[in-house]
Amino acid sequence: MNKPYVRSLSKTGWFLTQPRYKRYMAREVTCLFIFAYTFLLIWGLKRLAEGPDAFQGFLNALHSPLGVLFNLAVLIAAVYHSTSWFNVTPQAMPIMRGEEFVPGNIIVGAHYAVWAVVSLIVLILGV
Amino acid sequence: MSERQIQLEVLRYNPETDSEPRYQSYSVPCLNEWVVLDALNYVKDNLDPTLSYRWSCHMAVCGSCGMMINGEPKLACKAFIHEYTDQIRVDPLANFPIERDLVTSVEDFITKLASVKPYLIPKSDQPVSAGEFKQTPAELKKFKQYTLCINCMLCYAACPQYGLVPEFLGPAAISMAHRYNQDSRDGGRDERQEVIASDEGVWECSFVGACSEVCPKHVDPAGALQQVKVASTIDWYKEHLMPWMKK
Ligand code: SF4
Ligand code: FES
Repeated sequence: MNKPYVRSLSKTGWFLTQPRYKRYMAREVTCLFIFAYTFLLIWGLKRLAEGPDAFQGFLNALHSPLGVLFNLAVLIAAVYHSTSWFNVTPQAMPIMRGEEFVPGNIIVGAHYAVWAVVSLIVLILGV
Repeated sequence: MSERQIQLEVLRYNPETDSEPRYQSYSVPCLNEWVVLDALNYVKDNLDPTLSYRWSCHMAVCGSCGMMINGEPKLACKAFIHEYTDQIRVDPLANFPIERDLVTSVEDFITKLASVKPYLIPKSDQPVSAGEFKQTPAELKKFKQYTLCINCMLCYAACPQYGLVPEFLGPAAISMAHRYNQDSRDGGRDERQEVIASDEGVWECSFVGACSEVCPKHVDPAGALQQVKVASTIDWYKEHLMPWMKK
């Protein structure tokens, strides 16, 4: 007799059922912080276009406790988001040299290295 | 040889009499070097001959003993008792309909696997007298890991996308397509792309990565799927932005 029993995944709560799903969700949700930060940057541009006073107001807001807190939260989220992607790059972009695959940690390491260099350049330009 | 009394909680479902599955508990004297499959065989031989489950090789090559062990997709013949506490819960492979007890229906997977043409489609017909298709070690290495797939479907049981969208072609089928696409002797990529580079194909994947974490053969299906995405994206750019690049 054929009467298969179908178990279905909860459409809304599935990602709470396993730690690895939670990790995945964390990676996905942290991109919202980066999304929010781009709006902050656009807002800053708008204030800049409105003149020095407006821009100073924007900068002051950034230095307020709330502004600092927001930046800190975005920084943590962005670091988590970026590193979780860096760590899976060897799976998506395996590179072959001759007869061997380049070891994954070299590909991951290259991402961190480029990140460090770009951050350094931005820091130097910013100071 | 040390022995341990294990409480085996097994999900039972009899389509003839049950409207839904229920757990049944068995007390099994397990030797420490046993795997969960041995415990199930003990139940079948000594406690309850009605228990249904699939197995064949008992050495992680046939791919038929996939089940959820404490909620994790595992090969029952590779899940060592000594890695578990005295209470072990066994469920049929998640995301598949239960046929009876631990037996699930595999039709959906088989149909999907067949749809990606998981076999060599030579670039050109060649008479046998022309000899074999030669391949260098590097060319072999490019796809060797994907040949290790044993069609155990653990990756489908781990994949929430497959659970939510049953139309999704899924990890193993797409990895198999990728395996042949990567083969220097093969010329069937265009035919397979129609199936795998679709919404229900690789674009349904959001790279949760669970498939690769549970794969008992280290096939890394998640990696294969991302590589298919990259290659399909390059195809799209070639077709739409650089039509002259199209072969
Ligand atoms: S890819 Fe791995 S988990 Fe999926 S069917 Fe093949 S061997 Fe099993
Ligand atoms: S019995 Fe063959 S894989 Fe487990």
